[in-house]
Amino acid sequence: MSAGPSDWQPGASIPALVTRAQLLHRVRNYFQQQNVVEVQTPLLGRCTVTDPDINSIPVPGYGYLQTSPEYFIKRLLAAGMPSCYQLGPVFRHAERGRLHNPEFTLLEWYRLDYDDQQLMSEVKVLVDMVLGAGEYRQITYWDIVAGRQGCSRSAPRAELDLAFAEGCAQLPGRYFVVDYPPDQAALARLRHTADGPAAARFELVVEGIELANGYWELLAGEEHEHRFARDNEVRAARGLGMVTPDAHFLAALAHGLPSCAGVAVGFDRLLMLAQGASHIDEVLTFPHT
Amino acid sequence: MASYSTNEFRSGLKVLLEGDPCTILENEFVKPGKGQAFNRVKFRNLKSGRVWERTFKSGESIEAADVLDLDMEYLYADGEFWHFMRTDGSFEQVAAAATAVGDAKDWLKEQDVCQVTLWNDDPIAVTPPNFVELEVTETDPGLKGDTASGGTKPATLSTGAIIKGVPLFINIGDVLRIDTRTGEYVSRAK
Repeated sequence: MSAGPSDWQPGASIPALVTRAQLLHRVRNYFQQQNVVEVQTPLLGRCTVTDPDINSIPVPGYGYLQTSPEYFIKRLLAAGMPSCYQLGPVFRHAERGRLHNPEFTLLEWYRLDYDDQQLMSEVKVLVDMVLGAGEYRQITYWDIVAGRQGCSRSAPRAELDLAFAEGCAQLPGRYFVVDYPPDQAALARLRHTADGPAAARFELVVEGIELANGYWELLAGEEHEHRFARDNEVRAARGLGMVTPDAHFLAALAHGLPSCAGVAVGFDRLLMLAQGASHIDEVLTFPHT
Repeated sequence: MASYSTNEFRSGLKVLLEGDPCTILENEFVKPGKGQAFNRVKFRNLKSGRVWERTFKSGESIEAADVLDLDMEYLYADGEFWHFMRTDGSFEQVAAAATAVGDAKDWLKEQDVCQVTLWNDDPIAVTPPNFVELEVTETDPGLKGDTASGGTKPATLSTGAIIKGVPLFINIGDVLRIDTRTGEYVSRAK
């Protein structure tokens, strides 16, 4: 009898998996104490996101594996669900590397009546709970990009993305990145700053690792439709498939989404930081091969 | 010609970059959550040995290079080419020029098996075995019994290579074991 492939063993050590279990428990405990309800929305949905930089994994006959629980949770909020969270797997096509696995664990939560500032404060509490207390600084999107040589505000989007990614990777300690340009608002609302309109969006970068992405959520249905249409224009220009906007999500927005802020934390990356791991495979049971 | 997309990149892959055959050393996937994905790739140019770094947008592709690493027995040098023979019983031979043999020429001993890198069937690089045994053709007379003083001297080997840190007791005619990766003396073979 053949011994079979030699890489049958888990990516993470058994102690690392025990730490994962403890962290899952602590996070759930924290939200229970805060009266934030755990929800389980479908991982398999008929529709998916239009974002041209997020590619979903299609499941023939069923739809798509979800890239985030955002639309389902917002439908719950529109239906009267109080502040809530989901802690579970999400899927993204062709994302594989030191910080990426096509299936990963996302902690996403929504707070009714919070704005982005209040939610950032809660993100700090949660991250401090896991990594120990630390100091948090703020930096704007354009300050990161400007720090990369030869990248101006008018540079093509691909150059900005690369400059931004490389700039973030160089940030020491814990940084909230704020004031994203309006065309990178995703589903955040816009606010006016001294530097013109900016998205009420933030990301948390810890030791150069992008850990969380949050919004003071956009509410208006028409503005969502505009942004989805623009996403599809970008998709068409890049030769990517068009994505039909989720009609149920738009109907929920038409009904009315309560004012809220939401954030998604890469749970595996949080574990990596907690354990000093240099590759995501060190915290996953069985990384995708 | 076959090509590889960024999602197929992995270390060891042989590709054509700016017309030269290269091997991928490292491939890092870079992607901001709401931004485009990139692959930052380190290559070794198989002709020059230099390391190149390039960034690709994910989804881009590069041409595959027809590169083969073969175990071949070193036969002889004719002053212009170094001749190698396949070890698969086919007795097929290739002639490698000085540019392909490079520093490996210092370690080539007849009948030793080397790794010859072929690009479109032409040899472009030769990697000697990690350890070779070569005879000393020139060195200062050995100091009999001096195996402990720790002093060293240079010695010239049959290939013409000069080894610096050879112990004082080594004589002409001794066979030395050399680590070809560092070019350092390991031990006396007999």
